[in-house]
Amino acid sequence: MADAMRTYDIGQHPTLPAPRTEVGVLGWVKHNLLSTPLNVALTILAIWFIWWVVPPLFEWVFLDSVWTAESRKACWDKMEVPEGAACWAFIKNRLELFVYGFYPAPLRWRVNLSFVLLIMAIVPVLYDKMPGRKFGLLYATAFPFITGWLLVGGFGLSPVETDQFGGILLTLIIGVTGISFSLPIGVLLALGRRSKMPIVRILCVLFVEFIRGVPLIALLFIASSMLNYFLPPGTVFDLLMRVLIMVTLFSAAYIAEVVRGGLQGIPSGQYEAAESLGLTYVKAHWLIILPQALKISIPGIVNTFIGLFKDTTLVLIIGMLDPLGVGRASLADAVWAGLAREVYLFVAVFFFIFCFSMSRYSLFLERKLDTGH
Amino acid sequence: MATITETGPDTPNLLTRLWRNQKARSVIIQIVTLTVVFAALALILRNVVINLETVGKEFSFDFLLYPAGYDITFSPFIEYSSRSTHLRAAFVGILNTLLVAACGIVLATVMGFIMGILRLSRNWLVNRIVYCFLEFTRNVPVLLHILFIHGLVVTQLPVPKKAINFADTFFLTNRGFFIPQPVWEPGAGIVAATFVISVAFVILFKRWAKKIQDETGRVYPVFWISTGVIVVMTVAAFLSAGMPLSWGIPELKGFNFNGGLAIKPEFIALWLALSYYTSCFIAEIVRSGILAVSYGQTEAAYALGLRPNRTLRLIIIPQALRVIIPPLTSQYLNLTKNSSLAIAIGYMDIVATIGGITLMQTGKEMETMIIVLLMYLIISLLISVFMNWYNKKMALVER
Repeated sequence: MADAMRTYDIGQHPTLPAPRTEVGVLGWVKHNLLSTPLNVALTILAIWFIWWVVPPLFEWVFLDSVWTAESRKACWDKMEVPEGAACWAFIKNRLELFVYGFYPAPLRWRVNLSFVLLIMAIVPVLYDKMPGRKFGLLYATAFPFITGWLLVGGFGLSPVETDQFGGILLTLIIGVTGISFSLPIGVLLALGRRSKMPIVRILCVLFVEFIRGVPLIALLFIASSMLNYFLPPGTVFDLLMRVLIMVTLFSAAYIAEVVRGGLQGIPSGQYEAAESLGLTYVKAHWLIILPQALKISIPGIVNTFIGLFKDTTLVLIIGMLDPLGVGRASLADAVWAGLAREVYLFVAVFFFIFCFSMSRYSLFLERKLDTGH
Repeated sequence: MATITETGPDTPNLLTRLWRNQKARSVIIQIVTLTVVFAALALILRNVVINLETVGKEFSFDFLLYPAGYDITFSPFIEYSSRSTHLRAAFVGILNTLLVAACGIVLATVMGFIMGILRLSRNWLVNRIVYCFLEFTRNVPVLLHILFIHGLVVTQLPVPKKAINFADTFFLTNRGFFIPQPVWEPGAGIVAATFVISVAFVILFKRWAKKIQDETGRVYPVFWISTGVIVVMTVAAFLSAGMPLSWGIPELKGFNFNGGLAIKPEFIALWLALSYYTSCFIAEIVRSGILAVSYGQTEAAYALGLRPNRTLRLIIIPQALRVIIPPLTSQYLNLTKNSSLAIAIGYMDIVATIGGITLMQTGKEMETMIIVLLMYLIISLLISVFMNWYNKKMALVER
């Protein structure tokens, strides 16, 4: 006590630690959760909400769920409360269908090999410190064609009809093809839209605005029912191919708008500097303009890719079996019917993992490429 | 001594010289492009003609006047039966698309603004909960949301016999949400006219109040006076006309409800799913829009002596809206286009009616798809025009 009573000269008092209610866990709680009456109310509401949602969900998904059973009935018999928890046995039972669709079982090594090749192609594209990245990129460019041959067959491999593709395989085919082809087409459309040649510009504007004005599902209907009329009589054109073209064109139009925004963000001094150096149109764009414009448009481009990846589910409406389609078809099976929640959660998590990692990667890339101050 | 090595002008042929001339090159490129595009179009047209002839179809819109022969269970605006024409079915479809798009836009905007503001909350828990919901919803396909909500509505809600009953007037069942239907009686016209007149009066009053404020600085409580005028006038007219309104109450008859207005489960599912999916994108737009207004603006407003709610209304929101409106427009357009997924759950929108059943029945792929595409283009155009007008109105007026 005597210590507390001591007097100090002005400016001599030793620095005291901050009050315990202002720092550390207590301080954090005080400032972030309980700062005002409204905040206290919100906190109580939030805690009640979490307590109401999280434990039951956790029990439903993990603790009480059944992982092995032969039918829905067997599944529910194993539970304390029938229908009270997830029956993951269903998903496990149908996992092959979810991954491969109806791809012939003896040939599935080709699909597995494609998945491995896909990962090998993605790594050099995403990770720029990889040794020998040049060869990696070269391989990534060739990848769609290698895998196309591997999956469809021909030239020594036994052919597989594309209507047997399905599940995650189908999603990845449409997603990867759409992503890798829509970017170059989109950039060309954006350049065309900013071109000084009126006819080229008008054509690009018409195309982009038309595609952006109609829903993808209408375009897919055109692909599935109408495209035959546009082709020379007797042409047989694979449905998957038609869908791929439509999806690519669709997302190219959106990419074009994003890239156009990026191009508009480049100060005209850059164009003038490039011209005064004597660079041709192609060289000026390839070396000066596009690297800067694409960098600004990364968030928009990745968002378009995420949209494209999610939109692959729409093919179920024209009768193709993507994971959602596989799930819906499986639900029609009387042995398992009634397990819709499991299917939707499984498919949702699959899409979430892919789309969320894409958006995180775009954030990372943005920060890495940011040369501003 | 410096030697100047002169690469003498090689005499290139005419084509090379033309190619090196910028103007000539641009003309050449355009002519080539145009030729290629027209050739492609001509080829497609030729193919279409030949193909249609081979299958024995002709290109005409006559089918629109034939009886459709299929039922549309949800047609809240115009009469429709299976004997109506395909044209009428198309109209029902368009109205249904517009209905779900309009309702969806309203709900998505409200939810989006609420979540966007909650995302800015200093309360860490609230912030995180909203963040988790936003990220999960945004990264899952909208079709899955629609199917999931539709499944919930159809399987989890009770059958009509065990309907969730709100005061014997509202019934929530798996066949839809049944609400009382307003039945207008003679004299309702007077009430409507009074309402319109009072709205017109309020608009004039608002202009006048703004003029006075600009001239003298006097502020009228415009909001309260306007609301008061509209409510009092309309209620007075309603009472003096002898309350020309009765309600058709839904009643349980057999296995379903009769009377009243039935909001179908397909509509509810599509509306809710589209709304909360889109609202997640709107929330992010709102959040970044508000963050884009620098804190100095708030400080300046406080320094001028404005109260917090006026600061928000007069300083922050108008500036944030400038950032918010353009991306908000594209979200509205997305919602409208996504409403075409109605076909997955059997809500009869434009794609499901004329682009779906009519197409199947008549085999007129070309004609029906042209109608569907045109309709969407027109709707998109109208929304863009309106939002551009609004954007211009809100934009910064620079001197």
